[in-house]
Amino acid sequence: MIKFVDICKEYKAGVTALYNINTEIDKGEFVFLVGSSGAGKSTLIKLLLKEEGVTSGRVFLNNKDITWVPNRRIPYIRRQIGVVFQDFRLLPNKTIYENVAFAMEIIGAHPREIRRRVPMILSMVDLSRKAGSYPDQLSGGEQQRVSIARAIVNNPPVLIADEPTGNLDPDTAKEIMRVLQDINNRGTTIVMATHAKDIVNTMKKRVIALDGGRLVRDEQKGGYSIEIPSV
Amino acid sequence: MWRNRGMGAASVTSISAVLLILGVVLILVLSINNVVLDTKVKFDEIEVFLEDDLDSSVLDNIENTVKDKNGVISIMFRSKDQALDLMKEEWGEEAYLLEGLDTNPLPDSYIVKVNDIEFAEDLVNTIKMLDGVEEVKYYKDIIDKLLIFAGYIRFGGIVIIGILVFVSVFIISNTIKITVSSRRREINIMKYVGATNGYIRGPFIMEGIFFGIIGAALSIGLVYFGYEYFYNSMNEKLYNLFTFYLVSPESIFRDIAIMFGTIGSGIGALGSLVSLKRFLNV
Repeated sequence: MIKFVDICKEYKAGVTALYNINTEIDKGEFVFLVGSSGAGKSTLIKLLLKEEGVTSGRVFLNNKDITWVPNRRIPYIRRQIGVVFQDFRLLPNKTIYENVAFAMEIIGAHPREIRRRVPMILSMVDLSRKAGSYPDQLSGGEQQRVSIARAIVNNPPVLIADEPTGNLDPDTAKEIMRVLQDINNRGTTIVMATHAKDIVNTMKKRVIALDGGRLVRDEQKGGYSIEIPSV
Repeated sequence: MWRNRGMGAASVTSISAVLLILGVVLILVLSINNVVLDTKVKFDEIEVFLEDDLDSSVLDNIENTVKDKNGVISIMFRSKDQALDLMKEEWGEEAYLLEGLDTNPLPDSYIVKVNDIEFAEDLVNTIKMLDGVEEVKYYKDIIDKLLIFAGYIRFGGIVIIGILVFVSVFIISNTIKITVSSRRREINIMKYVGATNGYIRGPFIMEGIFFGIIGAALSIGLVYFGYEYFYNSMNEKLYNLFTFYLVSPESIFRDIAIMFGTIGSGIGALGSLVSLKRFLNV
């Protein structure tokens, strides 16, 4: 589903953000992307979303090389990737329903299809009763669920979550992870960048760890840090 | 759009200014063209004004000398009475003013038609030397001066318009920037969700075109009604000879409306595109 081949990313100031990254994420996987601040997690995500270009190497999405696509094709690549942010990024002047519907309007969905699908997605994230509410009337966890709903309403094969629990308390964070797991169970590939050690250690998913721009660990059913067995 | 009334007004005003100057230049150039066209008809003719009470022998000498010259197509005698009748015809409604003349002040003349501009100058110099010739009226230098004048008007107009278009685009792009800033969050989400640049640009370009159309409507009103007032005032003050050459307001209204609407919308749309490029990279 996603493949990074010999990826290097160097910025103009001579800063190397990523060095020789080689990894592949299959369809339906749930992968944690971990590492300290500045390790390169956000840069890797930006390369996938085509916010940044590579210095060298190749990026593949759904078996298609998206490394050097022309700018006019970028929106169509992004339609295959749902994105959830740490700060939710909801539109304050639109209701929950409108925030989610917005994502479908942008890609030209038929109004009838919007009316059919948005309630279904809100039901999936358990927010049907709050469809007419505005973001500032919701809790942090509810806002993040709306954000997730917007990210998946167009049924993208991949969901990127960039620190989705960063602004949430532990209980709410668990709630969000349940929602993400549910989405993953339905076949969506999930890549989640996170500092949340507890979540990573609990869920035992594949862990890709970056450090100083290099891929230092790729572990199935991994933890946040390398577990050193006690002697 | 309405949050931003001050900048909106500035955008509309700047477009109106561009189109107003364009309108003035157009009217000037068209009117000068009318003068040139009318004069060019006379350009093929050299009018040889004769002294009073000439003998027939002197007249014959002039006629035969000119007729024999190369490039002369025809020579025709016009009596002072015929000249007065012609003037009455040209003056139209104001011809009654000529009824009050006790004597006919116009001279007899010969009308000489030529087929070659270069030859005309030499011919004029020859005719001037003939006995009985009081004056030779020759329009080439007037046409040359008019064309140079029209050229200056056009050049000056283009320079001023060019500067004002640049200023307008700049003002509009900054006006649109305010709307872009206020919608930055929404645009950011649109980009992540996969909106095309065209989808994002659309509302901003419409806003720019809106300013352009309002500016155009304002300037069409100013140019048309302002010029109509000027034109009618000139007619009322018996400057009919002057207004004879001025292009009539009705004849230019439709073309000005279409031109201003198109140019105004164009400037508005361009301002928006510049703004989006500068502030959004879309």
